[in-house]
Order: sequence, then C-alpha cells, then structure tokens
Amino acid sequence: MTTAERKLAAPEVTVETKPYWDAATEGKLLVKKCNDCGKSHHYPRAACPFCYSLKTEWQTASGKGTVYSFSVLHGAPVPYALAYVTLAEGPTMMTNIVDCDFKALKVGTPVKVVFKPTVDGPALPMFTPA
Amino acid sequence: MSINGKAYIVGAFEHPTRKAEDKSIPQLHAECARGALEDAGLTFDDIDGYFCAGDAPGLGPLSMADYMGLRKLRHFDSTECGGSAPIVHVGHAAEAIAMGKCDIALVTLSGRPRTLAMPRTMPNSIHCPDIPFEGPYGAVTAPVYGLVATRHMHEFGTTREQMAWVKVAASHHAQHNPFAMLPKVVTVEDVLNSPPVASPLNRLDCCVISDGGGAVIVTKPEIARSLKRPKVKILGAAESPKLQNGGDVDITHTGARWSGPRAFAEAKVTQKDIKYVSIYDSFTITVIVTLEDLGFCEKGQGGKFVADGNLISGVGKLPFNTDGGGLCNNHPASRGGMTKIIEAVRQLRGEAHPAVQVKNCDIALAHGTGGFIATRTGGATLIMERE
Ligand SMILES: [Zn+2]
Repeated sequence: MTTAERKLAAPEVTVETKPYWDAATEGKLLVKKCNDCGKSHHYPRAACPFCYSLKTEWQTASGKGTVYSFSVLHGAPVPYALAYVTLAEGPTMMTNIVDCDFKALKVGTPVKVVFKPTVDGPALPMFTPA
Repeated sequence: MSINGKAYIVGAFEHPTRKAEDKSIPQLHAECARGALEDAGLTFDDIDGYFCAGDAPGLGPLSMADYMGLRKLRHFDSTECGGSAPIVHVGHAAEAIAMGKCDIALVTLSGRPRTLAMPRTMPNSIHCPDIPFEGPYGAVTAPVYGLVATRHMHEFGTTREQMAWVKVAASHHAQHNPFAMLPKVVTVEDVLNSPPVASPLNRLDCCVISDGGGAVIVTKPEIARSLKRPKVKILGAAESPKLQNGGDVDITHTGARWSGPRAFAEAKVTQKDIKYVSIYDSFTITVIVTLEDLGFCEKGQGGKFVADGNLISGVGKLPFNTDGGGLCNNHPASRGGMTKIIEAVRQLRGEAHPAVQVKNCDIALAHGTGGFIATRTGGATLIMERE
C-alpha cells in the first residue's frame, strides 16, 4: 500500500498561517525567520518564539533535511511513518516520511520535501529519502 | 514560602471498576469523591475546595460541583495538563490550604474511554496553533511516544529489551492486584513478541484502556490530626511544561527535568530518601525517560537502570507502580496521574498488598507526564512522607 491511499485531513488555515499553506499547495516549503536573532522557527508564528521580535519573515526552505526521529503506526488502516525532520534551515518539524520502505528508515536518513494533497485543503509537506 | 508540612492527603480512593457500562462519567466522579471522603472520615458537606481537569464534564469545575452539590466551595482550579493534572491539583490544593483559601480539598478524575468511543480530537483542539501542523500527519498518542523511544534508542543505545523490563516489573506487581486488568506475569520475550503498535513500541509497551477513576482529599494539619487514618504529609510539589520550542526540539527530556529538582528542594530530601515511586507509565519508554529526568540515574542510563527487575518490589532498588500501574492495572480516563498518587498513599500507609508493600516506606514520590511526550507535556512531581 502506498501513502497515496491515505486520506489526509485538511489543516485549519488561519490568517497567520495562510502564506505557509498557500506555498505548500504551490510546492514550496516556507519557514519563518527572525531578522533580530537570526533563528528560524516552525510552526510559523507572527512573533519569534525565541526572542519575541515581531521582525519575522517568510523564507523559502531548501526542502532538505534529516530524520530526527520516526515511528511507524502499524495499526492504522494504511500504516504511516510519523516523523520529526530537522530542516537544513534549523527547525525540526513534525511530518510523515512517505514513498519508501519503512524498514530501511533510520535516524539521520537524509530526506527531501514532497507535497501530498489533503481532502479539500492545502497540500501537506512530507519527506522522502533523498 | 513553602508547602512543606502545610497539607496532608487524608483520603484516597481508586474506583474498583475497569469497565463501567452501567455508570455515567459524572456518576463515576461522584462515586470516587464519596469513596475518598469515606476513607478520610469526612462528608461532601466538608468540602470547600474542588479540583478537576478536562476529564470532568462541563465548564471547568462548575458542572461537577453542581452535580455533587458542593455548596461550600470557596476555592477551585481546573488546570488541564492531561494525565499529570491530578498531581498538579494536589500541589495547588496544598498551596491553597497553606494560604488559607480552603481547608478540605477534593480532587477527582474519572472517565470511560473503554466503553465510550475515544474522542478523536483533544478538547480545545479547534483554533489550537499547533494542531494544524501535527494532526493531519496522524500525530496520535502511540507514535508520538514512539518518536521518543526511537530517539532515545538512537542517542543512548537503549534497547527494546530494557524497555520491556518496565512492563515485566509492572506485571509482577499486578499479579497481586485483584482489580488489575492484566494480572498475568509477562516476560521480556512476551513484550518483544507482542504485536507492533507504533515502532519501536509493541502492544505490551502500551498502557491499558480502562474505565474508572479515583479521588483524593487534601487538608490542613489540624484537620488531618483529628482524623483516624494514617497521615500522609506533603513535603514538596512542583510542575513544569516541556514544550516544542519553535522547532528547537529535544524529545529525550520531559518536564520532570525541572519539576523534579524543585520538588526535591522543597521536600528537603534527595533521591536516596525515596523508598517508592509512582511513575506515570503511559508507555514503557515514559518511565525510563522520567526516572532519568528525576535524577534516579544519569540521562541515557534509564534503560540499564530499569533492566533485570530493578523496579520490582522486594527485588530491585527502586520499587515502582506496585498496583501494576497503567501498564497492567488501571488507566482511567486515559490519564495516569490519579492512580499514581493513590498507590503512593497506600504504600506510605502500609496498606499496599503485602506481596508488594515496601518495608519502612516513609517517603514516596509520584510523577505524572501529561499530554504528548514528543510535543508538549505537563510534568508534575509530588513528594510525600508518612507521619
Ligand atoms: Zn528572534
């Protein structure tokens, strides 16, 4: 079975996060970068959660990262791999690892972003071995 | 200011049910309250402080207070941090009692996750900032804990066999508990051969799903002394969240890393003084990470620490969850904090099952990790002494 058969629920989109989800639907992964402390964060907020600055801006991520951790839910109707992926830009984001043999997954596996459609909503950034 | 010695747990009750087809959730809360009051030798009319969390139906404490007829309330708190909430509540009750805001506080927890369909979303999940970035990925409870186990194995070399020892120890205790859902003693091999749930966790790494509940009564020293039951004095309590930190993620720590030292400092005791621990065991890995964070062993050494029966009463150095814990006994409302307090009280009173009663159990610790360990949890530590 492939992840394409999984029905993905649409995320709730707010005025604060609409640019992120619009970009995902266009095949781009955004992170929020702070122009005061220089750190990027995820999930995206208006204000930097590290230094509280309001000078945050959207940054297009490279889409490259490594697997920080993962867990395969065997009991799901279509088994899936929940994961944290550490982006090249710094933040670690919750996601799924898709289109691969879960048995070969390891912490540290290099991955690249792919986008999967949801039911009546924006696309979800997911990752597959690079 | 400190709560050390300012409040006592004088009543504790664990509902005997594990499958409550014939009870409503409010009824379970009230039956637990009644049981704890009878244990203490008090009545509903004595209660002037009430504490409950999101498992209590209604707006904060209001519906349950109304249902039970708590007409004398002058203090209430419905802090919601999942399974650790009752431990937070006992700490907050002790604070309120120390400040004179109430004299006799009731804490209840109840639920029917076994016989009612489990809610698919958390309470208050609508408009929650993090849910859109986690929920669609299927970040449900088991794989969120699986993430921690995978990472702990990677960073520290923890093995699935070591995790299994947590379940083995719990099962050794559960065999003596007539109310335990899973009273059968299991082996490391049994855990490793049980069906996979969320890698690397198998079914026997996961706690049970049970209906039921519990309640405790906290009061001031003067009233505790007037009652007939053995006195359990609160020495220290502390709470701490563990957050996702904007993606600066470190999932091999829990809130116990911060709540533990604060509770020990307030209690003026050290790990060496603790004769018994109740550790919220949502999954086997939770116990390993929590014991490290509480300082019972070094970070990363939790797997070695729990192996070879070290948590079994009468066998190992640190007896834990002698009722069988959430892994084998009871996990009412899918929240483990209340039953953790109750078994610690039994141990301090010398009323645990004789086969698991810790000798000279004068100081005990209860810790809860509520919420979702790899994302956001509320940790709470409570240290108590037999007087
Ligand atoms: Zn900043």
